[in-house]
Amino acid sequence: MSLLLQIFLAFATLSLVAVGGATAVLPEMHRLLVVVHGWMDDATFTQLFALAQAAPGPNILAASLMGWNIAGLGGLAMATLGMLLPAAVLAWYVAGATHRLRGARWLKPAQFGLVPIAVGLIGASGITLARAATTGWLTWVILAISFVFVWRTKYSPLWVLAGGGALGVALL
Amino acid sequence: MSETRTPTRTELFLGYAKMGLLGFGGVAAWSRHVIVEERRWLTEREYAEILGMGQILPGPNVGNASVMIGRRFHGLVGALLATSGLYIGPLTVLMGLALLYDNFAEAPGVASFMHGIAAAAAGMVIATALKMGQNLRPPPELIAIGITALVAAAFLRLPLLLIVFSLAPIGIWLSIRRAYREAPAK
Repeated sequence: MSLLLQIFLAFATLSLVAVGGATAVLPEMHRLLVVVHGWMDDATFTQLFALAQAAPGPNILAASLMGWNIAGLGGLAMATLGMLLPAAVLAWYVAGATHRLRGARWLKPAQFGLVPIAVGLIGASGITLARAATTGWLTWVILAISFVFVWRTKYSPLWVLAGGGALGVALL
Repeated sequence: MSETRTPTRTELFLGYAKMGLLGFGGVAAWSRHVIVEERRWLTEREYAEILGMGQILPGPNVGNASVMIGRRFHGLVGALLATSGLYIGPLTVLMGLALLYDNFAEAPGVASFMHGIAAAAAGMVIATALKMGQNLRPPPELIAIGITALVAAAFLRLPLLLIVFSLAPIGIWLSIRRAYREAPAK
C-alpha cells in the first residue's frame, strides 16, 4: 500500500473516533503515528502538536502538520482529507436527518438536551487552556481582563487577544 | 437577539475564514462571537443546538457545525464554502509557521507574545461558556448536566468519549421529559 494511502486511512480512522476533536484523539494519534507506523519519534510528535496549538484555527489541524512531516505536501493533503472527510460526511447526513424530522415534537427538546454538554465542554477547554497558560501573576491578570471583557461586552475579542500579546511582549 | 439574517455565499465563506484565522486556542469562542453576536446568522439557541450535535458527532464540533450551518443556508455549496473558509486560512498560517519553526521557537519576543495571547484566549473561552449558559437559561437539571460535563473534562480528566456518551442520553431524556410536562400531548 502506498504511503499516501496509508496516511489517509490512518487519519480517516482517527476522524471517526474523534468525538470532541483533536485533543480527544491525541493518545490514539500518538499510538498510530509513533508506535504502530513509526512515522516519527516522540519528540517530533510533541513539537508538532504544540506548534499546531500555538497557531490559530481548529486544533484538528495538528493532523495536517503531522501529514506534512511524514510525506510533504501530499502527506498534508491526505492527512487533512482523512481527518475531515468522514466526519464532515457524517455531519452532512445528520443535518439532513434533523431537517427531515423538523416537525417531530421531540426533536427540539432532544437537541436542546445536548446544549449543556457542548457549553460545559467549552468551559472545560477554557480551564484546561488556563492551566497551561497561567505561569505567573501577569498571565492571571491578562486572563482576568480578557474574561471580563468578553463576558460583559460585545466588542470583538480581537482587542484582548492583541492586548494580551502586547502585554506579554512588554512584561513577560 | 431574535432577529437573524441569512448570509450570502461570500459572507458565509468570509465569516468562516475570519473565525479560522482568529481562532487562537480553538475556534468555538470566535465561532459564537461571529455567528451569534456580530453577524446574527443564528440565535444563541439555534447555534447552541447545532454545536451540541457537532459535539456528539466525531470530528471537531465547530467543523461539524460548519457543515451543518453551511448546508442550512446554501446546501452543498454552503457546506463546502463554510468548511473550506474555516480551514484554509489557518492551514496557510500553520505551514508558514512550520517553515519558520526553528527561528520562531528561538525568538523571545514571539514566545512572550504567544504566551500573552494564550492567557487572553483562555479567558475568552471561559467567558464564552458563561455567556452562552446565561443567554440560553437552561432549566436546573440541564445546568447540572453542563456542570457535570465541565467537572468531568476539566478536573477528573475523564475520556471525552465516555463523558459525551454517558451524558448525552441523560440530557436528551431530561430535556424531552420537561418539554412534554410543560406542554402535554393533546
